[in-house]
Amino acid sequence: MTVAVPAAPSAAVPVLRYALRDAVRGRWAPLYALFFGAVTDALFRFSGGGEQVFLSLLNVVLLLVPLVSLVFGVAYLYGARAFVELMLAQPIRRRALFAGLYGGLLAPLALALVLGVGLPFAWHGGAALAGPLARLLGAGVLLTAAFLALAFLVAVRFEDRMKGLGAALVLWLLLAVVYDGVVLMVAYAFAAYPLERPMIALAMLNPISLARVLLLLDLDVAALLGYTGAAFERFFGTAWGTGLTLGALLGWVAAPLALALRRFHRKDF
Amino acid sequence: MTTAARSAPSTSTFPLPSKEDGGERSALPPPILTAEGLVKRFGRREVLRGVDLALGRGRVTAVVGPNGSGKTTLVKALLGLVHPDAGRITFDGAEVRPGDVAYRARVGYMPQAARFPENLTAREVLALLRALRPAEAADETLAAALGLAGEMDRPLRQLSGGTRQKVNAAVAFLFRPALVVLDEPTAGLDPVAAGVLKDRIRAEQTRGTAFLLTSHLMGEIEELADDLVFLLDGRVRFAGPPAALRALTGEGRLERALAHLMTAAR
Repeated sequence: MTVAVPAAPSAAVPVLRYALRDAVRGRWAPLYALFFGAVTDALFRFSGGGEQVFLSLLNVVLLLVPLVSLVFGVAYLYGARAFVELMLAQPIRRRALFAGLYGGLLAPLALALVLGVGLPFAWHGGAALAGPLARLLGAGVLLTAAFLALAFLVAVRFEDRMKGLGAALVLWLLLAVVYDGVVLMVAYAFAAYPLERPMIALAMLNPISLARVLLLLDLDVAALLGYTGAAFERFFGTAWGTGLTLGALLGWVAAPLALALRRFHRKDF
Repeated sequence: MTTAARSAPSTSTFPLPSKEDGGERSALPPPILTAEGLVKRFGRREVLRGVDLALGRGRVTAVVGPNGSGKTTLVKALLGLVHPDAGRITFDGAEVRPGDVAYRARVGYMPQAARFPENLTAREVLALLRALRPAEAADETLAAALGLAGEMDRPLRQLSGGTRQKVNAAVAFLFRPALVVLDEPTAGLDPVAAGVLKDRIRAEQTRGTAFLLTSHLMGEIEELADDLVFLLDGRVRFAGPPAALRALTGEGRLERALAHLMTAAR
């Protein structure tokens, strides 16, 4: 080509910067942080102490982070459609635009979670729980990344906004609610068989289960889960098991992201 | 290339204005953008069925056709927003391959609907676009001419549709592009702003800038267009200057001439 102007490889950076500014001014990120702050603060005030707060918070994070990331991510991408078209008419690669949008959503959501939960812990003196808290927030950030990736996949897959939002909700129900029920049913139906390995495999297939296993083992409550818990502890408690769990969670970020990017590349706007 | 790209497909209802003016045409500089045999299907629906097009430098080419004839899809295919299933596009003599984005540095685009990230200001949107092309000199004179100076620092969500359309126009002309694509540019603009925009189009035209225009306003097309491309059901049914269309159909007014084409094609 005679066109000498190359597309800036760092084009993702300005897009990211503007998505961040949009997020802060749109007030949703501060609100999200405020929500977690209020919940954490209330848990500290109204429940016994550190470990109980931590357990309640774990359940809030495991349920809400996926829901908010999915619904918000899908809604944001549909809302940004005209902006995406404007950007794609510029000399910017689709990959860079995609990265900018994803980072511009992930950063404020993750930051809101970390600050919203972390600050109340700090002022209530939850220093004893610093280690588990760090892992809870780490898992929360990974879940945010995974479910945002799934949200992007849903949003580029469905042309229709309502269908996309519906699919996001169904996906959340399946992974956050139905999945546990199915696992329980399997466990019940095959109670007479050694189930440790299938159970471990089933936990790997759902990012929320993965995060839960990772965090529960942290609290030494695995013993409550009986023999399976012991097997879990044996498997996930080792460095190898933790590494594998972490790897599987990262896979839940990378795989949907790669699929979404592929579709974004081929999509007609 | 020019004449080949200008010739309508064999299914054309009307032949092109014959080659008698071909000698004159070959003296023109090569077109800035050509498309050959563009095909686009959405599922089973074929929206573009082999569209040929050539946009001459310093000329305003208007794409006209009824709703659903494929105008917007054609525009988006030329910009790379829509991936054609078949066909070839060249820009400034070089082929545009899938994934090529560099040519868009020389194309300005004013989309039909003016929507931006709502919490940003016009100044920030222009700054974002400049950040994407750090090496290029930006020209914000159109923003000033359109009277946007007082609106630059307000969030875009607070601006009226017409004002946002002005921002859109300023965006399209920001980098002195070699080709400007205007999708229904004056819809929503007040007469003063529409006049400013048209003046700018004419001024840029003399510098050799090519324009691709879609519009429903026949007056606007009569006023601006040097070439017409009439699109119907995804095919080019006529391509040439408005005078040739009038002569061909025997209708004095452009609106009548286009209606004539449409009924004849059905």
